[in-house]
Amino acid sequence: MNPAAPAVPVTLESRPADVPPASAASDVLSAPLGDLRRVVERASCADVERALKRPRPSLSDFAALLSPQAAERIEDLASRAQQITKARFGSTVRLFAPLYLSNECVSTCTYCGFSASNLIARRTLSVDEVLEEAEELARRGFRHVLLVAGEHARIVSKGYLEQVVRAVAPLFAQVSVEVQVWDTATYRRLLEAGCDGVVIYQESYDQATYREVHLKGKKRNYAWRLAAPDRAAEAGMRRLGIGTLLGLHPDWRSEALLLASHAEALTRRWWRCEVQVALPRLRPAAGGYEPTDPIDDRSLTQLLCALRIFLPDVGITMSTREPPQLRDALVVLGVTSMSAGSHTEPGGYARESAAEPQFEISDTRSPAEVAAALRALGMEPVWKDWQRA
Amino acid sequence: MTNPIPGLAGLAGSRSGGDPLVIAGRSFGSRLFLGTGKYSSNAVLSAAIEASGTQVVTVALRRIDPDGDGDILDALPPSVLLLTNTSGALDASEALRLARLARAAGLPDWIKLEVTPDPRHLHPDPVETLRAAEQMCKDGFTVLPYCPADPILAKRLEEVGCATVMPLGSWIGSNQGLRTRDAIEMIVDQATVPVVVDAGLGAPSHAALALEIGASAVLVNTAIATASDPVAMAGAFRLAVDAGRAAYRAGLAVAGSPAPSSPLTGFLR
Repeated sequence: MNPAAPAVPVTLESRPADVPPASAASDVLSAPLGDLRRVVERASCADVERALKRPRPSLSDFAALLSPQAAERIEDLASRAQQITKARFGSTVRLFAPLYLSNECVSTCTYCGFSASNLIARRTLSVDEVLEEAEELARRGFRHVLLVAGEHARIVSKGYLEQVVRAVAPLFAQVSVEVQVWDTATYRRLLEAGCDGVVIYQESYDQATYREVHLKGKKRNYAWRLAAPDRAAEAGMRRLGIGTLLGLHPDWRSEALLLASHAEALTRRWWRCEVQVALPRLRPAAGGYEPTDPIDDRSLTQLLCALRIFLPDVGITMSTREPPQLRDALVVLGVTSMSAGSHTEPGGYARESAAEPQFEISDTRSPAEVAAALRALGMEPVWKDWQRA
Repeated sequence: MTNPIPGLAGLAGSRSGGDPLVIAGRSFGSRLFLGTGKYSSNAVLSAAIEASGTQVVTVALRRIDPDGDGDILDALPPSVLLLTNTSGALDASEALRLARLARAAGLPDWIKLEVTPDPRHLHPDPVETLRAAEQMCKDGFTVLPYCPADPILAKRLEEVGCATVMPLGSWIGSNQGLRTRDAIEMIVDQATVPVVVDAGLGAPSHAALALEIGASAVLVNTAIATASDPVAMAGAFRLAVDAGRAAYRAGLAVAGSPAPSSPLTGFLR
């Protein structure tokens, strides 16, 4: 047991298994997936051409851009995506670092290194230890930080997160969290403590797959998680990050269709929020989960370009899960924020940590090396693009 | 979602059936709203309403005189929804008083909110409109606000509970068409309530364009009332609105450089 974990009683909030009406989550559930999937299958050359040229592409155009037919036009997709990215975001990439607070977890998820069923070295950083890590990240240049933790409402409690946010906020221009999902009141507390961004990956939008990979724990509640970005936005969070873990569901195109409809719905319903999308692919981790149908580089590129064309203003994040060559290639096409020099275990920036990482990273370059590589590509690495008012 | 996804309409296997306009839980078969000012007689108005197929008609409270002979309400068939408008209101408090008067007179709780302090151009006042809308929604009215084509104002009006937003296409009565097209497109893309383009539509083609770009309905008055043959023009707008909506659902072709519709080298295969 970690001595730093404050003795806050856990309040069991009610977690409905249905999503609230008039939410982005309800929009996702009512998206005509079957029809859209048929567009993917049947898209003709002309459909792809129209989707590439349309000033305001629809979800149906996005489906056409995901089609096998569009895969033949990958160069045209890339060129359009690059043009849009440059127009909307310029030649800049925001850099951020993940700061892992804890790998304690009560959920059993087949694909995750932190899964409760894995016998691994567990650790939760004390507030002082977090601060030490944060200072090291600040020294390396980072002004945007993402606090990450496994799901353990007692050890990684609301009170603990609040304390951690309060402690590190003065060191950074902007703080986000990627932790278990909470109710609106807790998101409000975190916002007041100094965190204005929340990252919540649905992992899989397919409900059957979701049930198959989330075996035990609170994370099993699909609807409660799907509606979490709505709750965070309701609480006043300014940045919402969503994503699907590519490789869990065998059909990446279905996942992409629902991810895009979720992003579109969030920008429509929570128009004050900046929405970001991530396309993480499964990486090797403790537990040894193997995807049955991993998405290849070519398809990932197609998906990224299609997303950029459909949602010109939505940020796209790419982490150190991906190798340097691919990250450098995709940053030119549509990626707008990147992590660099990441550790995915609690502790590890300020000193060595023996704790188990969530997954193995693939791009092991230092932040300075990543920044230099971006400059060589004609891109400006942006360390700070926010100022709390 | 207030609109179906363009391009999915014709897909085999997709749910067919009607495409009603739903506002505050009530369904309408027509996407053409009619204003009732400027008509030469109640008889012409009546005939135009019928020819238009409309199910929503706005009347200025200031024109209603239940005790008078040949009141404008007599021209309305019972099947249409009467949308009382607050025309003449200079600020939020006047608009509110007019809405409450309408309610007291037993008229429907549906209000077309208009706050136009400038008597020459009748341009809607964004600040007073938002203020009035917020109070009216709290008072339980179903509010359909006429507003400038401003994307943020449209979201703010949604947030206070308006049932639609009604951005102007161009200055009211100007017949200039969809001059605010770019802003309307943005409003449509962000909306979670129906967008009804109000004001400035001078020809059926303007109405068709509004529906083609995703507006849920249009409101037309001057273009019909002041046409040489208002009844025939009402019928023309009806056709244009239906065509525009069908085109939106079908997924428009894209403008650009000419592209041959069949491959030039097809004969080689």
